This record gives sequence, C-alpha cells and structure tokens, in this order.
Amino acid sequence: MSLKIVVLAKQVPDTRNVGPDAMTPEGTVNRAALPAVFNPEDLNALEQALRLKEQFPGSTISVLTMGLPKSAEVIREALYRGADQGYVVTDRPLGGADTLATSYTLSQAIKKIGDYDIILGGRQAIDGDTAQVGPQIAEKLGLTQVTYAEEILSLDPEKKKIVVKRHIDGGVETVEAPLPLVVTVNGSAAPCRPRNAKRLMKYKNATIAAERTPEQAEALAPVLEKKPYLNITQWGAADIDADPAQIGKAGSPTNVKAVQNIVFKAKESRTMTGSDDEIDTLIQELLNEKIIG
Amino acid sequence: MNNVFVYCEIEGQTVADVSLELLTKGRKLANTLGVQLECICAGSKLDGVEKQVLPFGVDKVHVFDAEGLFPYTSNPHTALVVNLFNEEKPQICLLGATVIGRDLGPRVSSALFSGLTADCTELEIGDFDMNVKNENGEMEKKHYVNQLYQIRPAFGGNIVATIVNPEHRPQMATVREGVMKKEVLDPNYKGEVIRHDVAKYVPETEYVVKVLDRHIEKAKHNLKGAAIVVAGGYGMGSKEGFDMLFDLAKELHAEVGASRAAVDAGFVDHDRQIGQTGVTVRPKVYIACGISGQIQHIAGMQDAGIIISINSDPNAPINTIADYVINGTVEEVVPKLIKYYKKNSK
Ligand SMILES: Cc1cc2nc3c(=O)[nH]c(=O)nc-3n(C[C@H](O)[C@H](O)[C@H](O)COP(=O)(O)OP(=O)(O)OC[C@H]3O[C@@H](n4cnc5c(N)ncnc54)[C@H](O)[C@@H]3O)c2cc1C
Repeated sequence: MSLKIVVLAKQVPDTRNVGPDAMTPEGTVNRAALPAVFNPEDLNALEQALRLKEQFPGSTISVLTMGLPKSAEVIREALYRGADQGYVVTDRPLGGADTLATSYTLSQAIKKIGDYDIILGGRQAIDGDTAQVGPQIAEKLGLTQVTYAEEILSLDPEKKKIVVKRHIDGGVETVEAPLPLVVTVNGSAAPCRPRNAKRLMKYKNATIAAERTPEQAEALAPVLEKKPYLNITQWGAADIDADPAQIGKAGSPTNVKAVQNIVFKAKESRTMTGSDDEIDTLIQELLNEKIIG
Repeated sequence: MNNVFVYCEIEGQTVADVSLELLTKGRKLANTLGVQLECICAGSKLDGVEKQVLPFGVDKVHVFDAEGLFPYTSNPHTALVVNLFNEEKPQICLLGATVIGRDLGPRVSSALFSGLTADCTELEIGDFDMNVKNENGEMEKKHYVNQLYQIRPAFGGNIVATIVNPEHRPQMATVREGVMKKEVLDPNYKGEVIRHDVAKYVPETEYVVKVLDRHIEKAKHNLKGAAIVVAGGYGMGSKEGFDMLFDLAKELHAEVGASRAAVDAGFVDHDRQIGQTGVTVRPKVYIACGISGQIQHIAGMQDAGIIISINSDPNAPINTIADYVINGTVEEVVPKLIKYYKKNSK
C-alpha cells in the first residue's frame, strides 16, 4: 500500500539570527537583510513524511508552499531531501493574508492536488508562532487533526488509521485517528535528514515559471520534454479556483490597527564592570536588603 | 447575545488557571462593554464545576458534560463551541494559548470565519476607523465603536501591533498563562448554570480520535512562581554554559529560564522559555545573562522587581530596563556571582 502525502512548508525570515546588520538605527528589523530559511518545524514534518515513504514504498510526497516566487527555494530543498514534487502558490492578490486567508488558499491548493491520505506540516512558523494554519486547513477540508505531534508510531493503510504520540501541556499522549487527516509536527520530533547529493544534482536547476527570464524559459522548453521534473508547478489564485473574497487582505478578518514603537522606560540603573570588588559589594547589598536570601 | 465568552480548559475536574485569568479579564471587558460574561465548561463528570468559575463574575455557565469530552479531542469540542456560538453570537471569545487553546481556537475561527489573534499580551476596548467600499463602490470612512484591541509584540524590532477584527464576530484571542491576573470578584457571585444536552451540539460522528494513553507529569520546575529567576540567552554560548546558570540558581534557590534563541539553539528545554510565546514571570529578582532583550522576551519578564543584566554589549536593549547593568562576559561574571554569594551568605 502506498500513500499520498502532502507536506506544507513555509519560507520564513530567520528570526533566530537577527544580527546587528539587520537592525536599523530606529531599532526595527530590516527584513530584507535577514536570510530566508525553511521554517524549522516544517523540516520535522518532512522527516515524518520521508519515514512514511520508506515504510510504504511507492508513496509520493508533494510539498506545497505559498509565498513570493523565491519561496520555490524551500521546494528545491525538500526535493534534495527526498520529496517527489512541489507546488508554489504565488500571486499578487494573495498578499496581505492573515492565517485564515492563508489556510483557505492552501486548502484550495490541496483540493487541486486532489488525492491525499495525510497532510503534514510544522506546528508553527517562527515568524508568527501562531500555530493556526494547520488546524484551519483541517477544518476547511473537513478533516480531523493531530497537533503537536512528536512521532507517528504506526499507520495502517488498510484500516486507514494512524497512531501518533503528541505533546500536551505537562505531558504526552498517544492518539489514534482516521485517515485522511492533518498532522502538525513539533520541533522536538526527529530532525530532518540532510540533502542527498544525487538528488541535489538532479533538482538544483528545478524552477517555477516566475523564476525564469524569458531567455531561460526559451532555453528550458526543449529540456523539459526529457526532464519534466525541472519544472516546479506554479499556481496563481485562478488556478486553484480561489474565491477573491477569501484570499489576501479581503479574506483576512484581522486588521492591523496600529504598529507602535516601544520605547522602554529607562530605569535609573547602576552600571559596573564586573570586577571582583564590585560583584562582592553588589552581593553584600542584595543580601543586606534581603533582596536575595 | 453579543456577550463575552471564555472557553474554560478543564483537566479532569479542575479548571485551568489560565482560564480563570481570562475570566477575570473577560469580566472587565464585559463591564466596559456593558454586557454579560459567559463561559463554556466541557468535559466529563463536571458536577459542581460552576463553583470554580462563578466567583470570577460569570453570569452564565454553559456546561457540556459527556463521556467523550474528556480527554479533549479536537472535533467534539469544536462542534460544541461552533454550534453554541451560532446560537449565542458572542462578540468576544477568549481562550488560553495552551496546547488545547491553540488546537481548538483556529478550528473554531475557521468554521465561523472570524479573526483570531495568538498570544496577546494586552486586551482593551476602543474604537477603530477604516475605509470601506459603500454600495456605490466608493471608499468611505467607517467608524467602528467598542472593538477588541488585541495587542501583541510583532516581529521586526521593538514594535507592538494592535489587531482588530471589525467585520467579523466573535473577535477571538488567545493569551498565555500568567499574562493576565486572576482575581476573585465575589465568592458568592450568582450566575445561571445551563447543562446542555451534548448530543444536540455534538453529532456522534465527531468522536473520531481516540486517546489511547495519556501521561501528565508533575512539573519539573516552578519557573512561573519562582522568587528569583536566573535567565540565559544566546550569549551563554552552549548547553555547558547553562550548567553554570543551574549552579548559580541552586545557590540562590532560583529557577532557570531562557530566551527563545537559547531554546532554539538547544541549550535548554523549551518549557523554560520566557516571553510572549513562553512563560510569563514576575519574580522579585531577574538575572538576565547574555540576553539582548527583544520585545518578545521583555513581554514575559518586564514586571520583575529588580533586573540585573550581564551582557558584554553595553548597548544591549535589556540594559535600559535593568536596575543593575554589569558590562562583562557571562564566563567571567557568573562564577564571581557564585563565589561572592557563597562567601557573603555564610
Ligand atoms: C513570533 C515570535 C515570538 C517570539 N517569542 C519569544 C519569546 O517568547 N521569548 C523570547 O525570549 N524570544 C522570543 N522571540 C525571539 C526574540 O525576538 C529574540 O530573537 C530572542 O529573544 C533573542 O534571544 P537572545 O537575547 O538570547 O539572543 P540575542 O539577541 O542573540 O542576544 C544575545 C546577547 O548575548 C550577548 N552576549 C554574547 N556573548 C556574550 C558573553 N560571552 N557574555 C555576555 N553577553 C554575551 C550579546 O551582546 C547579546 O546581547 C520571538 C520571536 C518571534 C518572531
């Protein structure tokens, strides 16, 4: 029995490495100066998919992302690591989407992909930490969900059941759920395997249409006949039959009213260098004033 | 109709602290709006559960008591919340930003097409103006009164965003435990208790996920309630660097916390993360070691009594809110803190 697996992936600014070069004098982050990375927990999800593929030979993994044309980078990365094909949903009207408009768009793309047994994604993306898109997609597709997954313990394709160990507040639980479903994977799950050198060679020139100059597109056309895998599928809003009222800004119930710069109220502070004398005196003071016991 | 709702999370028979904190906040929002506060208690064997929530000023408790509702699974709880909301049309719904709240909230928001803001650090009521298209297709300024301001730090520097959902109800928000304060309003507060017929709200077909096994462990630490917190950031450099903080914490009878960067780097467990998407602490003393002090971190510790910052960068943002700034490396300063504490506390 083989499985049809969809993995959701997002390209995110690397919020973990906001170096001084990315800071403007006003204290805000210049997003453009941040490297764009594969959202870490989506890699954990990809690993769970790859394990299922090993267990059920003949399974296929489709990776789906939505973003700017350059988000095709995450598709290539997933192909290097073992995914079979990728889809990039990119279109102007999709911009400004909140989580609800995003999940609507992705659920439309999943419907277009069609056949699926399991949809895997990271628990949350590091640029928002909201963890909303997975459950919202599940709801829109009428599927159940298992969030915060640590490990897929078993899957029975005949009975269409999956057993998953998941993290809960203060502990763990094991649940059995019916296929098809959405599973969101925690960062504590197994890390993703590295790139495979052969696959890297095979897919490094794979692109979506929007990444090609007219000349490149022309040169690629004859090659694609023999190597169709060098074309990564690109979809716009119309390709996935998206209702214009439910995508982008229009499909987003949330509005940003204001963004305020926070100026920390400076306290009167004492500055020291950390010499022995200073630390000794500081500790004595804190003890005398019963601030520490 | 149009009331403020809180979804109460229940472990066994006990309502979670975060839900009681949200009831306290919900009561205040309801007062400002001149409406009632209602809550949902769903689980099994919930006789008398109202006693835990009424003192927080709840006007109406909706109890859903049935075998399959504990332990929590996504579909039945979504069904009962969505079906109840279709009848009650609340204007606001608050949930804990817990594993359950973050599983349920988005599903409900998707089913109702309502906006949901995660990990709010403040909730207020205020007005909002927005340009919308009128019947003739012209842009027109529309004034919305009494909107829920959902306030949260935003990525991109020390900035805080205020989110509103003017056109959709309910306005939904999640809040982490410890962010809002829990306060009993009146131990004898009188509210109505409605025990719903669960089958009317949750079709049998929704019970699709089976919980086979479940372990709740006693918390390994008491970071939330600690009087002294020793927190480490990316500047600690490694897991071994954190050993030094555990040593210092042991001497001071403190707990160890961390920034998200330190957690992401694998220096320390995720449950020690302090900040907007971690734990909120209010200790007497907060010792920040190698933490730069980004807004998401500050959001979880700004109410600390005394803040001591140890940082090799004299311009680290956290220094502005610190009472004591030690310009130096953690490798050099932390061992001295241990040494002189040992010497002077004898
Ligand atoms: C959606 C979202 C949610 C987030 N939620 C949280 C959250 O809940 N909690 C949180 O903490 N962060 C959170 N963050 C991340 C946050 O924006 C910062 O990236 C993070 O707090 C930075 O951690 P840090 O201060 O340890 O690391 P850095 O910013 O890298 O700072 C390291 C500091 O260590 C100092 N240093 C380096 N070496 C030494 C040395 N040898 N001795 C002394 N000092 C040294 C440096 O001068 C610097 O000030 C969130 C981000 C996003 C986008």
